[in-house]
Parts: sequence; C-alpha cells; structure tokens
Amino acid sequence: MLSATPTRRTFLQAGAALLASTALPTLALAQDAPSGGRLIVAADSEPKNLNPAIVASNGVFFVASKVVEPLAEAAFDGEDGLAPRLATAWEGSDDGLSVTFRLREGVTWHDGKPFTSADVAFSALNVWKPLQNLGRVVFAHLEAVETPDDATAIFRFSRPTPLQLIRNALPVVSSVIPKHLYEGTDIAANPANVQLVGTGPFRFAEYKPGEYYRLTRNEAYWDKGQPKLDEIVFRVLPDRAGAGAALEAEEIQLAAFSAVPLTDLDRISKAPGIKVITKGYEALTYQLVVEINHRRKELADLKVRQAIAHAIDRKFVVDTIFLGYATASTGPVPKNAPEFYDADVPAYDFNVDKANALLDEAGYAKGADGKRFSLKLRPAPYFNETRQFGDYLRQALAAVGIDAAQVNADSAAHQKAVYTDHDFDLAVAPPVFRGDPAISTTILVQSGIPAGVGFSNQGGYANAELDAVIAKAAETVDAAARTELYRQFQKLVVTDLPLINVAEWGFITVARDTVLNVANNPRWAVSNWADTALQS
Amino acid sequence: MNRALRLLRRRAIGSIPVLLIVVVLTFLLLEAAAGDAVDAYLLSIGGGDAAIAQSLRAAYGLDQSMPARLWVYLSSLGRLDLGWSVAFDRPVRDLILERLPNTFLLMGSATALSFAVGSALGIVAGAKPGSARDRVLSTLSLMLYAIPGFWLGLVLSIVFAVQLRWLPTSGIETIASGRTGLSRAADIAAHLVLPVATLALVYMALFLRVMRAGMADVWRLDFVLFAQSKGLSRARIVLRHVARNALLPLVTMLGLQSAAMLGGSVVIESIFAIPGFGRLAQEAVSGRDTALLTGIIVTSAVLVILVNLVIDIVYAALDPRVGASERGA
Repeated sequence: MLSATPTRRTFLQAGAALLASTALPTLALAQDAPSGGRLIVAADSEPKNLNPAIVASNGVFFVASKVVEPLAEAAFDGEDGLAPRLATAWEGSDDGLSVTFRLREGVTWHDGKPFTSADVAFSALNVWKPLQNLGRVVFAHLEAVETPDDATAIFRFSRPTPLQLIRNALPVVSSVIPKHLYEGTDIAANPANVQLVGTGPFRFAEYKPGEYYRLTRNEAYWDKGQPKLDEIVFRVLPDRAGAGAALEAEEIQLAAFSAVPLTDLDRISKAPGIKVITKGYEALTYQLVVEINHRRKELADLKVRQAIAHAIDRKFVVDTIFLGYATASTGPVPKNAPEFYDADVPAYDFNVDKANALLDEAGYAKGADGKRFSLKLRPAPYFNETRQFGDYLRQALAAVGIDAAQVNADSAAHQKAVYTDHDFDLAVAPPVFRGDPAISTTILVQSGIPAGVGFSNQGGYANAELDAVIAKAAETVDAAARTELYRQFQKLVVTDLPLINVAEWGFITVARDTVLNVANNPRWAVSNWADTALQS
Repeated sequence: MNRALRLLRRRAIGSIPVLLIVVVLTFLLLEAAAGDAVDAYLLSIGGGDAAIAQSLRAAYGLDQSMPARLWVYLSSLGRLDLGWSVAFDRPVRDLILERLPNTFLLMGSATALSFAVGSALGIVAGAKPGSARDRVLSTLSLMLYAIPGFWLGLVLSIVFAVQLRWLPTSGIETIASGRTGLSRAADIAAHLVLPVATLALVYMALFLRVMRAGMADVWRLDFVLFAQSKGLSRARIVLRHVARNALLPLVTMLGLQSAAMLGGSVVIESIFAIPGFGRLAQEAVSGRDTALLTGIIVTSAVLVILVNLVIDIVYAALDPRVGASERGA
C-alpha cells in the first residue's frame, strides 16, 4: 500500500505534464496565462441551496459564482468600480424610477438555450425581489421589468431607488438564472438549485455530499479564451487544520476565506511554494462590532457607552487577536469603501482614566469590591476572533470596573438569544459591509425592526434623527447628495454610539505559487475565476 | 441454536421501549437547546428578514406546538419513515445510508485491528505478569491510552502525510479520480490508514490492558495450578486455560467499545474529512435538525442493540454457563 502512493503521485505528475504539453498551442494564441489543469480548493461548508439568486451569501457564491453570473462584478479599476458581466451598460433615470440595462448578446446557458432579457426580468421579479435575502432590500420597490428587445431590460420602481445603490449591489444581488428551467415550478425547491445551470465560465458537473463539488470548463463561454482552467474541485475539509496540511502536501492548491487559521499563517508562509495573499476581499469587509442593549439603564447612558469605547485598545485587538491582519475601525463604514468612508468623526482613543472618569460622571461609582455594575456579554461564536475578542473585552471592562459575565453558546443559540430574545447586555458581532451602507449596515442601527431579524438593531436603540437620515438616503437619487447623507450617518453613529465599531478585516487566501491571477478583484474568492490559471 | 433464537426474540421485544425512550429524549434534548433550524439556516446565509423567517418556520413545521411535532415525528417513525432533513433538504434515510458505509469501514477496521492486536499483545504481556516484557508493554499502552485521539491524528497526519507524503492527508478516496474496482479499493484503503491507525492505537491500549489484567487474575486460580501440576505445556496453559478465561471481560469490552466508537468518530471524521456518521451528527446538532439527529441516534441505538446481541451470542459460545438458565423460560 505504501508503495502504491508514490506511483499515484508520479502518475499525477505525468498527467499534469501531458495536460501542459497539449495546452501549449492554445497558449500561444490566447493571453499570457497557461490553459488547462485542475484547481483543487478547500471548502469548509456545503450550502443546502446553492442558488446565488436566492441565497446571496459568501458560502454560496464561493462555489456558485463560477457557474451563475451576475449582471456586473466588482473591479479594482473600472467605471463605478464594476466590470461588466451579463450587462454591458446601465443607466438610471433622473427621477430614480427606472434603470435601463443593456445586456450582453450571444450568451448561451449551459444547456444551450440563449440568454435574453426575459431571463433577467424573471430573475428580478420572481427571485431577487421576493425570495433573495438581500434582494428583498435592494429591489423592495421594483414594480416591473420591461423587455423591449432581447438585449434590453428596463427596471421600473414604484419609489425612487438610487442607481448608486443598485450599482453597488449588482455583484451581490443580480445573479441571473434561466427562466426556462424555473418558470412554473416551485423556485425554492427546484433541482437546479443544486445542479446549477448558468452562463458562467464553468459548468456544474458533480456534487458528492461531504466530499467535493466539481466544476468543468464551459467551452461555449462568451469571453473567448476563457476560462483557463479545465476543472475546479471544491474539496470539503471541515477541520481547520486540514486545509493547511492539504496545502503543504500539495493535495489542494488554494484555501480562501482564512481556511488556514491566522495563527498558522506565519509558519505556512515559510513553506516552499506557498504564498499568503491578503488582497481580494476589499468588497467583503467584515466588521468587529460591540452590540449594545439600550434597554439596560446603564447602557442607555451615552457616557457609559463612551467609557466602553475608551476602554477598548483597538491596537491590541488588531495586533494580538488579528495578528495584524485587520484594521482599527473609526465608524460603521469601513476604510475599504472610499466612496462613503469619512474619517472626520469623533475618535475614542484607548484611555482607561477617561473611561473611569466618564463612568464616575455617569453616577456609577466603584463599589467596595472595585465593581461599578455587572453585565451579560455574549460573544458570537462564528469566528475564532469574535470569541477571542469576547475574552479581551471582559478584561478591558474589568479594568474600568465593569463586571462582564461571559455567556458562550453555539451559533443557533447565540443568534436566538441576541436577535430574538434580546437576552444580552453586550454582544460581539461580525456584520458584513456589502459595498453600500443601505444593504446591510444601516439596519444595524435603524429602529423599528421586528425581533428575530439577525444582524440588525435588536438592542432597542431609537434615534429619530438617525432614522430620518437613513430614510432620506434610501430615496436620494443624486449620488453626491446620497454620499453626503451617509457621511452624516457615520457622524451620528460614532457620536451617539448605538454600537461600537472596533476593527474591520478581510480574509486571507493561501495558495501554491502555481496558481496564477489570484486576488485580482475586490471580491475575488466569490468571483468567476475565468482568468485563474495553473502554471505547470 | 434454539437458545440463540430465544435470546433474539427476547431482545427484539425488549428493545422497542428502549428505542422509544431514546427517540423522545433526543427530541426533547434538542428542543431544550436555544435556537431552531431557521435560526441556524438564516445565520448560514448571513441573515434574513422577519418574513423569510416566518415562511421558513411554516415550511419546516416549526410553527406547530412541540407535542404536535413530536407526535408527527413518532407516527412517521412508526411507518419506518425517518423524515426529512431541513438542514440538508433531503430525506434523512438517504443521508444516513450515504454516510453509514464510511463509518462502518472506519469503525469496523479500527475495532477489529485494535481488538486483534490489543488482545494478542495482552496475551504476550499476561503470559508472564511482572516480567520485563510485561512492564514495557504495560507502560507503552498506558502512554498510548493517555494520548487524546485528535492530537494523535494530527501528529500522524503531519508526519506521514505532510512531511513524508506516504499517505493522503484526508478524505475517503482521491476526489473525482474515476477509479473503479480494485484500484478504487486500494485508494480507499490508503486513505483509511491514518484514521484507522489513530483510532486503533488508542483503543488497542485499552484491550491490551484489559486482557493483561484478566490474565493476571486467572493465573492465581486453582485450576491453573492444577494444569501446571498435570504437566501441561506452558503454551497450552497460556492459550487454552488462562487466555480463554480472560477473554470474557474483553468481549464485554468489545461490545461497550463499539458503541463508544460511534461517538468517538466525530473528531476523527472531522480531522480526516471523512464523510461519515459522526460528522453528520455534528452537523445535525449545529443545524438544529431534529429529524436528522433523531434519525442518527435511532440508527445508532439499533446498531448498539445489534452489536450487544452478537456479543451475547459470542459470550454464550465462549462460556457454556451463559444463557443456560433460559432453557426453562
């Protein structure tokens, strides 16, 4: 048995050499990157519904974005930060009541049927607006989609919907699925939700539960010369140590979304043939946030919230918990969103004396035991870093006389306790900034959200001025005016502290040197990988 | 043969209330955990609004009362229908049948290997209690037994898969290799070496210690002295008299251990990315998938009952006194 394995390896190497040699002629014709090869990637979850038009989440996009395409993808350079995909141009009316998309022509679905504006209209009205977790927000006022010809789709809104928002949301909310497979069926239960059919550079070939997803090259892809790879295999590796070991053993070539834990990066970056890449997640910024239950009378006092903000050493959090792979936050919009980011907000420097003074002022003097009051702290269990920050926060609070009792629970229990039962005083959460504050950021501080909605304001915070700014921005069509409103939004949040933004981070990709064109757009891990290639 | 049949019938009837209790307790236990399948699902997709949550709860039947859901589950179980997994959106039966063979392969090989090697080494050690051979083996087994399984798994993986590259790091077979027949079997075997070795090493130590302790006890008994005075050869005494009598506690241990192994596989299956039963159970708990978890536990309970039945029959074969009293029953 032991001697069988080297044979297998030699065979694989011979196979790779063979692939490379047959790929050489096309190499000369096409662009610089070599064609062919199988890219094996680590995956840590298996979404039950893989349809990105219904479930707009990174776990789904990671696999599905190679098969099902959006109207446009995020780009480092490119107008509005976008690269065209199924749409080639878009234009909004001045009243914000319509957006016209010019669609790409000559595109076919993987089953050979032509892609037309009818597919876009169907996806928008029957899937994005009624069913998709984020589309329900962005397309809330979508009324109709007109299709004057096969290559034009005109979105009609009942209330002004800013083009800026639509643009920023396009990469996430606009995955187009084939009308001819979904019309007249129960969309949520359609078999094509797992056996995906799209227009993307790769076809969905096979899913073996618990083992892998396999995608193969779409020979008829509209972008000639792409994709470069013959196959992408997403191998399910549930254990966090597994991805690193498999990379070192050359069983996989790439692990995205920090599948290799931060603590292992230093060691693995020294292994020959492996590179650690921090780019490629600029449009998927996660934020480390302290959620506050404003129903607690102590926490309803702004001075107490300010004191907590002063008690947190953001530099320590970035350097020690994130090992430098994060940035300290200044407010609810991350630095990675330069279109909206405003640095001109109140700053809360790390200052224990000031925090103590503020708490004294608020009337919560230290008792004989050095404690002012007790709190229930619930750190979200979703990331190592959120748990570790919970441990840190408890100590930071103790240093200013606040006794935090930490309650740890698993994911479902945490979600229920915080967002449905409001059984917390402070919670640590990792919300995501998705390119525009209106998509999933304003909801964190807006009032009037029913209980049970995850990653929303469930702390009972209500600020009429802030609500008014959010409502106005939602209907402001002019991009400059809308951006200005979001600058106000940041100031109001940082001044009144409905929650405390501590740090923001993107993920890490670890890949073998042989993988080319990695991290070349701000949503790389969840983009289509058409130009990704393997060097032989 | 008659004796075995009677035992079988008695056990089959006796296991029905056991299974019922297991099902109800599992259901209540998961019910008591905070958060439901909808919370878990919405979390996995990054959140959703209240209307989505409500329609999902209606679709999953979670809007009904707890007794109503328990009744629906029990009555479908009565029709031998294990129900629908909401976390995977597939029938529970399919999921279980898909994962069970992998776990059987892993657990079966590990149990057989640890039992065979462990008892053999136990005989070697117990042949002469107190000898140097015995001390070395006993110390080694104690050390092995003290090592946590997940740590051993990681170390073996680093040494043999990452550094030496003799064996694959994880998985049940080479992905999408298109192998069939013997070449596929060899591939699966190569993938199983590390996980099986990990599990077997830890449990082997246990079997070794039980066998050795059992033999040490038997050596002191009168019939051994008698056999010695009768002038039997040492090998015959060790194997036919001492080892055979010390085998009984070992067989009991085997029954208990095969049940424990189903649980112990969770960690090993995760480390070595084997799509097995233990990993499925873990996913069922984190997804608050009551039907799936109950299905897994019922299947495990049935397996444990079956294993114990086999053990009893083996016991009867080893020791004629066992079951003899049932003749009149």
